[in-house]
Amino acid sequence: MKTASSIALVLATFALLACAVPVVAQANADCLACHADASAQDAAGHSISVDGSKFGASLHGSLKCVECHTTIKEYPHPEQITPVKCESCHADQAAGLAGSVHSVKAEHPCISCHGDAHSIFPKDDPRSAVYPLNIPRTCGACHANDAMAKKHGLPNVYPMYIDSIHGFALSKEGLLVAANCQSCHGSHHILSHKDPQSPTYKTNIPKTCGSCHAGITADYMGGVHGKAIARGELKAPVCTDCHTAHAILQPTEAAFRMQSTPICGSCHKDKLSTYRDTFHSQLGSLGGYVETARCWDCHGAHDVLPASDPKSPIAPANLVATCGRCHAGANASFVKYQPHANARNRKLNPALYFVRLFMNLLLAGTLTFFVIHTILWLIRARYDQVKRKSAEGGKHA
Amino acid sequence: MPDPGQVADGGSEKGGARGRYFVRFTPGQRYLHAVLFTTFLGLAATGLPMRFSESIWARKFATVVGGFGAIIFFHKLFAVVLTLAFLIHVRDLVSRAFIHREKGIFWGSTSMVANWKDAKDLFGHLRWFLGLGPKPQFERYAYWEKFDYWAVFWGMIVIGFSGYAMWFAPFFARFLPGWALNAVLVIHSEEGLLAILFIFSIHFVNTHLRPDSFPMDMVVFTGVESEEEFKHKRALEYERLKSQGKLEARIGEAPGSWQINFSKVVGFTAIFIGLVLLVLTLSAYLRE
Repeated sequence: MKTASSIALVLATFALLACAVPVVAQANADCLACHADASAQDAAGHSISVDGSKFGASLHGSLKCVECHTTIKEYPHPEQITPVKCESCHADQAAGLAGSVHSVKAEHPCISCHGDAHSIFPKDDPRSAVYPLNIPRTCGACHANDAMAKKHGLPNVYPMYIDSIHGFALSKEGLLVAANCQSCHGSHHILSHKDPQSPTYKTNIPKTCGSCHAGITADYMGGVHGKAIARGELKAPVCTDCHTAHAILQPTEAAFRMQSTPICGSCHKDKLSTYRDTFHSQLGSLGGYVETARCWDCHGAHDVLPASDPKSPIAPANLVATCGRCHAGANASFVKYQPHANARNRKLNPALYFVRLFMNLLLAGTLTFFVIHTILWLIRARYDQVKRKSAEGGKHA
Repeated sequence: MPDPGQVADGGSEKGGARGRYFVRFTPGQRYLHAVLFTTFLGLAATGLPMRFSESIWARKFATVVGGFGAIIFFHKLFAVVLTLAFLIHVRDLVSRAFIHREKGIFWGSTSMVANWKDAKDLFGHLRWFLGLGPKPQFERYAYWEKFDYWAVFWGMIVIGFSGYAMWFAPFFARFLPGWALNAVLVIHSEEGLLAILFIFSIHFVNTHLRPDSFPMDMVVFTGVESEEEFKHKRALEYERLKSQGKLEARIGEAPGSWQINFSKVVGFTAIFIGLVLLVLTLSAYLRE
């Protein structure tokens, strides 16, 4: 190969100039004598070029080449060159990676996220691939890929995240505190959400979100859902069940208010169906108008408590205040209104049941009588009309 | 003016167009009907999306008119206009009955109040439908027309009251029991549904689409009908006026062609909107 032979020539010249002693390269300059050549390649055609000044400015710049490339001690280099082992310095990180979802032997996992080790920067340097504002793009290199997501049975999370409130805070506002991928998933020891050790395992979610949203998590843990999760009842919702994991919306947004009621209803089915019968739902389910009461407007969102708890917004003593938040002038008799009345249940709501029954009978009775009346009339009137016309036709003929 | 005698014994189908016309409705009654059907269509179009808020067409329609804020605004607007029209009608009735002491408002052949003859007419009509008897002859208002009138009257009170009870719920809660606040929505929506189904199917067919009137009875728009139509549809009233010598006093002007065309455009638009709403209502109701 032409390049290889020219390198050999340069190296031979260098060796001669160095008093013709056997070469034991020690200084980086010795390596760069060859590897600074931008077109340098190994036998397999991979670039083996290193930009000396860039490397010098990087986090690893104070290291000698041979401290990482430990198997290369002399020139000419040995036939077999073993890959650099980052774990010789970064043992903790390597140990974390070992049991994680990313421990794939075939690839070099460190470089996939941190980039080229010759131009690596500390994670608080904006040039670093793992700087908080760069993390979504770094993870997105794989996790924005539909084919990759499908292959591993994962959702294509990057687009969801980047349009979420966290993604906006990070990409539009440049907030370092905005949750990025590793805030919830960790960095080296990333585990499947099915693994009880994972910060994204269901029962760990409140703590994970609570590392930023401490106040909300405290409220949540005091409510019925939080207490159920603390007891290990996996049916109870955690943060992500209502807010979703990646596509998290601003909770005051219309889109979020529209999507959340069915989420509560996916467990509280009977409550959703009675809610659907009310004006709150009828007016609220048609978009554009979001001010009608949704589940959490009355029940609270994070600190949901049963009506028997005096602290609950739906405790009898608090109803006037709770309803009064929307209905100015709400009074003790106004709050007798039942937001989950079931007109089909004679035992629970007898008055309503009979009102509905009467109205339905009135509707069915009136329409049945008049539909029959009208159909008979139509037939008879048409019959007469045809008869009259043919009689007249006969007269003229 | 055409010769009355010529028309009286003319008897030809086409003669009516050149013949005499008789006033059936005063301008006030025609305006009342216009306000009634305009606001009713508006109330139906804005009320149905709320009643069937889960259906796709309801959500699409809501988005088109500007969301539910707009829907409820227009529903209330139409409701207030219709309430005013109703109150004006009631005031008119009271003043005719008690101030001008007009006879025949509550009883008799020209009254809207049902009487024994209406019951007999209903059975007679049903017998005639089945070919079991002669066709009954009707007075000024036939029994189904009285039913239409009182259905609206009752509907106005029931739907109106339940609607205002929801609009001003904290106020009504002062003297209504708690469950009544739940009941008013059931009453409002069921009675509204009945009104919509009745008007857009029964009233449309009985009054406009039946063979005697097909495709539309213009009398409520123009106020007048031909002598032939008058005699055919309300023979008893015609004969009574004739025998009392009051027939000539009821003669009106033949409607101008612009009046007929205008009425057709307005009437067919109303019927078209009504039928579209009827189809949507039935499809949503049967899917529930």
